[in-house]
This record gives sequence, structure tokens and C-alpha cells, in this order.
Amino acid sequence: MNRIVNHPILDEEKPAKEVEIFVDDKPIIAREGEMIAAALIANGIFINRYTIHKHKPRGIYCAIGRCTDCIMTVDGIPNIRTCVTEVKDGMRITTQKGTGVWS
Amino acid sequence: MIVTELAIVGAGPAGLSASIEARRARVDVLLIDENARPGGQLFKQIHKFFGSRAHKAGIRGINIGTELLRESEELGIHIWLKGEVCGIENGHNLWVVRDRNRSEIVKAKKIILATGATENAVTFPGWDLPGVMGAGAAQTMINVNRVLPGRKVIMLGSGNVGVIVAYQLMQAGAEVVAVLEAAPVLGGYGVHTAKVSRAGVPFYVSHTIKRAFGTNHVEAVEIVELDNSFKQILGTEQILDADTVCLATGLTPLTELAWLAGCKFNFVPALGGHLPIHDDKMHTTQPDIFIAGDISGIEEASTAMEEGRLAGINAAQELGYISEDEAKIRTDAIWDSLNSLRSGYFGQKRRDSKDLILQNGKR
Amino acid sequence: MEHSLKTTGSPSLEELYKSPAFPTKEQLHKGPIAIIECIEEIPCNPCEASCPKGAITIGESITNLPEMDYEKCTACGMCITACPGLAIYIKDYTYGDTKALLSFPYEYYPLPKAGDIVQAVDRQGNYVCDAEVIKVRNPKSYDHTAVITIEYPKEYFEEAVNMKRIK
Repeated sequence: MNRIVNHPILDEEKPAKEVEIFVDDKPIIAREGEMIAAALIANGIFINRYTIHKHKPRGIYCAIGRCTDCIMTVDGIPNIRTCVTEVKDGMRITTQKGTGVWS
Repeated sequence: MIVTELAIVGAGPAGLSASIEARRARVDVLLIDENARPGGQLFKQIHKFFGSRAHKAGIRGINIGTELLRESEELGIHIWLKGEVCGIENGHNLWVVRDRNRSEIVKAKKIILATGATENAVTFPGWDLPGVMGAGAAQTMINVNRVLPGRKVIMLGSGNVGVIVAYQLMQAGAEVVAVLEAAPVLGGYGVHTAKVSRAGVPFYVSHTIKRAFGTNHVEAVEIVELDNSFKQILGTEQILDADTVCLATGLTPLTELAWLAGCKFNFVPALGGHLPIHDDKMHTTQPDIFIAGDISGIEEASTAMEEGRLAGINAAQELGYISEDEAKIRTDAIWDSLNSLRSGYFGQKRRDSKDLILQNGKR
Repeated sequence: MEHSLKTTGSPSLEELYKSPAFPTKEQLHKGPIAIIECIEEIPCNPCEASCPKGAITIGESITNLPEMDYEKCTACGMCITACPGLAIYIKDYTYGDTKALLSFPYEYYPLPKAGDIVQAVDRQGNYVCDAEVIKVRNPKSYDHTAVITIEYPKEYFEEAVNMKRIK
């Protein structure tokens, strides 16, 4: 787990409701209201997609919704910026290949 | 279509400060931000700010953000979150996509663009691997999202962003392997570098990254020394064990809306590149469009808040809510504060560049 | 490479002695005093108002370097957490026959506890000596900048400025 539970400035993290999301059909636990990209990092997932031509892995780059490096397919919609999209209980997320597939 | 007197794009330190000043003068304000939460990048600034004690120095950025939000709530400022401003027409009409699913046109008498900035990248083989990210991205992850994006970090760039984030990564529990700086001298404030240095982090001046190794993630990083003309010196390579590279290589103002609106620009490298020309009222060359904060030149949250206040007061004056005399008295005081923030070894260069823009902005 | 603030990140003793707030050797050995390692003109002045004795002066321009009046400084420590740059600490050479005292700002997790043995470090984070934690203060008014007080052998008086982060 990569969560920062204790912090010298921000104090102990306040408890949040847990939600279950699915990444490539595998369930992981996220904190309600957090960004998808953060939930993935918390669970040790650093690859969000593979590029269209060379199939190279990509992770987060800017984390504020500018660069689109962290896009994934979320609930059937490709190209969702996971760093600025909040998790929802039951959300289904797919590691995106190229431009993704609508479903 | 929604009609408002003043539309402000961006609810970071500049936009919030602008909306507070304008709303205090009773202007009908609509503040629009693309994020789910207001505050811009203030809520990742967990360090105590510098500046004058009369202007929130010594207070952590997060607490300044909380204070601004409290004020804007008390004033009943109308905020649209998850509102992406995708276009601007006739200098007055904003095309806003709300909640990613519907369009809305906002017709505003005056507009303040406070859109902020985005991080620059530098490229090297392996720069596209997961584990290479902007320093600000790492800062967002550790301080806002509270997840650790890496355990052993190399920071490229020693400006204030680089050294502050290096420090904050250690506060979050990571190890900082090294801070690299391409120039022969470090860029950030000495008190920041000293904090990082006494934590045992080595600084490498005249160094950059040659490549990052790894298949699915950064596994190691090769660094190299640079000569006086920034060319790599062969034979000086060394490989450092790291799983993360943070790039703190400057910021670029987010000026798309100002370009679309037809604002005239200057190219000012010292302040981040192409910047809308503006005058001392933060007026662009478009009659009803103001700017404030990093869009008008990369500086700091402290200056962004002051510029936001300038834009807010001047917009309120032009809308007829504040007399010219009152606006002048209040903005003169803000200019005194801005000038003092833009002095000394670090500030003077910014002030000189700003003066150039203001010279061009005189109408 | 020559050690200097702009090349290695931490100030050299030579640079510090040139700054108006850094004490001379005599002042340093006289008794408890606050030491300010602020040698660059940055826009910042909270230390000035934090001092109840008026010992620190910045003046009209907020980019002036702080000046310290060592006749007035009582080493009360109010300035330690007021400094956003974490550049102020207190030392007392006269603390004991063989031990000196050091109080410094510390913002890492976990905090040490009184009685812990920690590693004192120099300005570049090098291990200097073992030290015993005497006091840990972290009241709300410090806003998460804790102040750690350690005692350590006098022969390392000058080198030690902080402690190694506990992992």
C-alpha cells in the first residue's frame, strides 16, 4: 500500500468510506471521492495505458488534468483523465490500449 | 445562456482573490473552475509561505487556501466546479462544458482569466516510462491525494518547485536520491536547498539525466555532467538507483483562452514564455478581459493573490461599483506589496520583466 | 567542488560568517543564542516580529537580510518556528561541562521522544555524533514545525545543526 497515513504536516489521514472499483476485472479498494489515478497508485498500479503504435506503458505525468498521459477506459468510455476523475463504487476501469474501445 | 457581470476563469489563488475583491464590492461574480474542488494548486503547498508578515507570510499554503475558501463562502460567491471553459467569443461569451456532459454559454461584461500554468517537460530516453512525472504531479499525489508515487526519487531541477517538492517527498516518507541542476548554480532559495541538504540529499550542479532505464517502470537513472554550454561530458556518466524521476524544469502559462480572445502577446522567457500583454490594472489588450496569476507570468502564489486582487478591484471599478479614487488608493497599496515581493536577488529579474510587459501594456 | 550555498545546497561557514545575523565565535560560546542561517535576499520577514525582545531587524525592505543583536537575544526560541525557511536554531555551549544543547526545527514523521538517542548531523546531513533528545515541543501554535532539543558532546558543538530523519 502506498497510502500516506501519517504525515508531519497533514496529520493522520481522516477515515473515508471505502468503495470497490475494478481494474481489468480485478477488485481494489479505493477511498470515496479520491481520483482514480490516486487509487491506482495506492494499490501499486502504475501503468494506466499502452501507446497506440509502440505499445509502451504510460503512467501519470502531470496529475492535474493537462497532459492526458493517464487516460484509461472507465465504464466503457475511453480516454478518461484518471487524475481528475473521482472513483465511484463499482466503477470498471480498463488499462487502455491505444485509443481504446467504446463499449 | 447565463448572464453575469464578471466571469472569472480559474479558482486558484489569483481567481479566488479576484472574486473576493469583486464580490466585496457587490459585483455579480461567477467563478468557474474545471476541477472538482476549488483552490488550484494552493492545497498542495503545505510549506509556510515567505513574504511579508502583513501578507500571510509564515502561514502554510493549505491554510491560506482554506481561508480564501471561507471568505468566498461567506461572500456567497457563485462557483461552478467541473466547469471547463473551452472557448471565448466576441471578448464576452464563454463556452463552458459542465460536468463533462453539457454545454453552457456564459455572457459576461468583464472576464478575468486566472488559468494558471502547466509544468514543462524535458526529454531523454526513458522519459516516457511510468515513474517519470512532473514535480508538481508528485506534489499533488503526496499532499492532496496522500499516496506515494515513488520511494527513491531523483529530482531534475533545483528551482523552488524542485527543492520544495524534494523536501515534501521526504516528509511523505520517500527517499530523495539526488537533486540535479543543469546550470552551474542552484536555482531555488538557499533556505530550501539547505533544508534538503541537511537531510543528506546530494545536489549535482551542471548535471542532467542521460537516460532512465526500465521496462514497465523506472528502475535506474543515468546522470551526466554538463559543460559550460550545457553539452554532455562523455565519461562522466554514473548510474543511480531510483524508481522515480521528478521533472522540475519550469512552468508554462496556460494562455489558450487569451490567444482565442485575440489578446496581444509578448515573449518573455524569464516569466515562462508567451504572455498576454497587460497594464497595471491587469487589463489585457482586449477591452474587457483581465488576467491574473501565472497566466500573466510565472511567479508565486503570493504574487498571484495580489494580482488577483488588482484585477478584481479594477473590474469592479470599471463596472461602476468602486470609484476611480478608491480603486487607485487600494491598488496603489497592492502595487507596493507586489514591488516588495519582486525585489532582491530573486525578485528583481521578475520585476524587470514585468516592467517591460507593463510598458507595452500602457494604452 | 567548493562548498557553497549555490553549489552544494548548504551554506559554508565562510558564507555564514559574512552574513549580518551569524554570530562570531565569541558570541557563539558565550551562552544560549539563536542562530539565523539566512544569507540570501529573499522577500521574507516574519522572524522580525516573532522576537519579543526586538533583537532581530529586517527593516523597511522585506528582502533585507536579518540582523541580530546578540545583546538582546535571550534564546527564547520564538523565532525558530516563525521562520518559514526553517533556518533558525538555538545553541548553548555553556549547557554543561561536557555537553552542549541544540534546539532545531523538525518537520518529519515520526518525531523522536525525550530520552531517544538520535544522530546529530551537519549542514550536509553527514553524521556528526550521537545525541540525546531532551525535549520535543509541538504545540498547535507552532503549526506542525516541531522543535527538538538535544544534548551532545561539546567537541561537536559547531558542526551539529539538526538530526538525521528517523526511518
